[in-house]
Amino acid sequence: MALQPFLALGAVLFGIGLYGALTKRNLIIVLISIEMMLNAANINLVAFAHFLPKPNIEGQVYALFNIAIAAAEVAVGLAILLSFFRARNTSDVRDMNAMKW
Amino acid sequence: MIGLTWLVPVLPLIAYVVLLATGKRMSEMAITAISVLAVLIGLIISIGVVAAVGQHGPYAPVVYNWLAFGQTTLTMGYQVTNLNAMMLLVVTLVSTLVFLFSKSYMHGDERFSRFYQYLNLFVFSMLGLVITSNLLELYIFWELVGVCSYLLVGFWYFKPEAAVAAKKAFIVTRIGDVGLFIGIILLYLGTGSFDFTVVFSHLHHFASAQASLGALGHDAITRLMNVQTWVTLTALLVFVGAVGKSAQFPLHVWLPDAMEGPTPVSALIHAATMVAAGVYLVARMFPLFEASSTASETVAIIGGVTAIFAASIGLTQRDIKRVIAYSTVSQLGYMMLAMGVGAYVSGMFHLMTHAFFKALLFLAAGSVIHALDTQDLFEMGGLRKYMPITHATFLAGALALSGIPPFAGFWSKDDILTATFDSGHYVLYAFGLIAAFFTAVYIFRVYFLTFSGTYKGSKHPHEGGWVMTLPLLVLGLLATFAGFINTPFAPILSRFLQPNGPVGIDPPANWGLMAVSAVVGLLGIGLAYSLYGGGKRADAWAKRMGFLYALSYNKWYIDELYALIIVLPVVTLAEGLQFFDRWIVDGLVRLIGEVGYTGGVSLKYSADGQIQTYGLVTAFGLAALALVALRIGGVL
Repeated sequence: MALQPFLALGAVLFGIGLYGALTKRNLIIVLISIEMMLNAANINLVAFAHFLPKPNIEGQVYALFNIAIAAAEVAVGLAILLSFFRARNTSDVRDMNAMKW
Repeated sequence: MIGLTWLVPVLPLIAYVVLLATGKRMSEMAITAISVLAVLIGLIISIGVVAAVGQHGPYAPVVYNWLAFGQTTLTMGYQVTNLNAMMLLVVTLVSTLVFLFSKSYMHGDERFSRFYQYLNLFVFSMLGLVITSNLLELYIFWELVGVCSYLLVGFWYFKPEAAVAAKKAFIVTRIGDVGLFIGIILLYLGTGSFDFTVVFSHLHHFASAQASLGALGHDAITRLMNVQTWVTLTALLVFVGAVGKSAQFPLHVWLPDAMEGPTPVSALIHAATMVAAGVYLVARMFPLFEASSTASETVAIIGGVTAIFAASIGLTQRDIKRVIAYSTVSQLGYMMLAMGVGAYVSGMFHLMTHAFFKALLFLAAGSVIHALDTQDLFEMGGLRKYMPITHATFLAGALALSGIPPFAGFWSKDDILTATFDSGHYVLYAFGLIAAFFTAVYIFRVYFLTFSGTYKGSKHPHEGGWVMTLPLLVLGLLATFAGFINTPFAPILSRFLQPNGPVGIDPPANWGLMAVSAVVGLLGIGLAYSLYGGGKRADAWAKRMGFLYALSYNKWYIDELYALIIVLPVVTLAEGLQFFDRWIVDGLVRLIGEVGYTGGVSLKYSADGQIQTYGLVTAFGLAALALVALRIGGVL
């Protein structure tokens, strides 16, 4: 196996995630899209760790860290989502516009 | 007593500080008591100082180092000489009486304590100016005196005329002050010192040995001019300062307007003390003026012209205080004339007698104004019946001013005229004589309009309390008898002021000239009587004089002339510059500000709170940055 297919998978995943995060109206889908972008990065980390001239473990360790952080982030995101939903009775991202001029 | 001299100016300063801190809560009685006490102790010390100086002659200066930089040390200190001992006495004496008089005049004014603060500060500055031992210190006090004058003229600042007059007084005297300052700097450059004693010893040295200024190591000045030019220039510049302060032509315009201040202020500052500072300065710097005949001629001419010019204006003014103000200008002209022709003693003698009788005239006028609430001569009349003390003392002052023997003004004015005649200035003598005639006319015009005839107003006039009449009586006595300290029979003042041999000229009495000036004074009184007293032919005369009357009534149109040739161009230029400043300089600055502001205002709407828009912009920005980075890195 070569490095390129992994990188391509990562790029595609990241692209889909970015697209979803920027266009989807539902907050849950936006959060899931962000998870996809994080996982795309994880794939890259693991792939590089494996295919570099001197393979090492650091990339995988880093990916593990990332997963932990993603979990925390999702927890916070879902908490915000819940309280937002209770307050405004909606989960549309476009309605989260209180912080503007 | 000599050791206590420094207390004389310091006491009013202490009174000022005390009043500043606690004056608001004090009663008028307490405020007056503190102030009068401060100057009264000063007066007592001054008497002791005069006695000591009379026996001992001038004392050496007492100096303290103030600033040291490079090889120069600036000092602060005081010096008791015969000249300033006399000034100390005059200033403290008049101040004491004016302070007393003010209690009644300012009674009920809500800024009563503030008034006394200013008066105390003024007296401190004036006394400091008098006893200072060097020119720099003199200049500091000189300016302080100017500031106090400004504060006091504008004391009733809510009257627009008073506010304008205060500004005018300050600005016009400042013009003179600039000259004085340049003169002081030139003196310093030439002699390397500000101290009077050092400066004078150098002047003496220059005069005798014709040494060059460069001998002192101040080369800059020698490359510019020779010694004689330097002396003349310096003397003239110092004189410019004196012209401003003593309201000499052409800087006399501020003094009559300064009459907007309370009358005790006019008596103290604008008659007896501050305006005399200019004459005092010339007297203090007398060796400088002696060393330059050009400068002293200028002094004499300016003095003579001022004397006759101001007297001619005084003839027709309607405001009682303005008449006396022009009289002051004219009398100061006499003093300058005396200084210019070298009659040092006569000038100082006249300064002293003038201080007494002019303060008296002002205070008497103040008493009248206090009783009537008007300053217009034509609304007065017949006050002899209602205010006998004011009447009697005013008459004494008027006789002294007119130079009728044996009143004080006769001896001093006659000294000046004799000296002018003896020194060969016949034109100036004629000026002085005509001015003396005018003087008698205008002051007795005031006298007849105010005190004789019938009262025209509706208010019921009466004398003020004893605090008003006592100063009048004391000054009345002085105006009557002060001349006897320097009569030809017993020239006490002359001997007092010249402890180390003669200064300037002091001509012997000339009985013929004395008779002439006395007769001229009497003629003036007679004319005033026929015009305003018994005859009442003033209006007919005014019509017959036509143009001359208008010239005098409108003060020779000097104010209008200044407005046209100085104020108008300056204001036009200022308006042009203001236009440039407002629209070009400010415009540029505001344009830059406006760009930032407009940009900010229009950009703020892009912050619409849509997180996905932010994300998109961020993503594109990141991509663009990456492209740039790759491009720079040479990958693309």
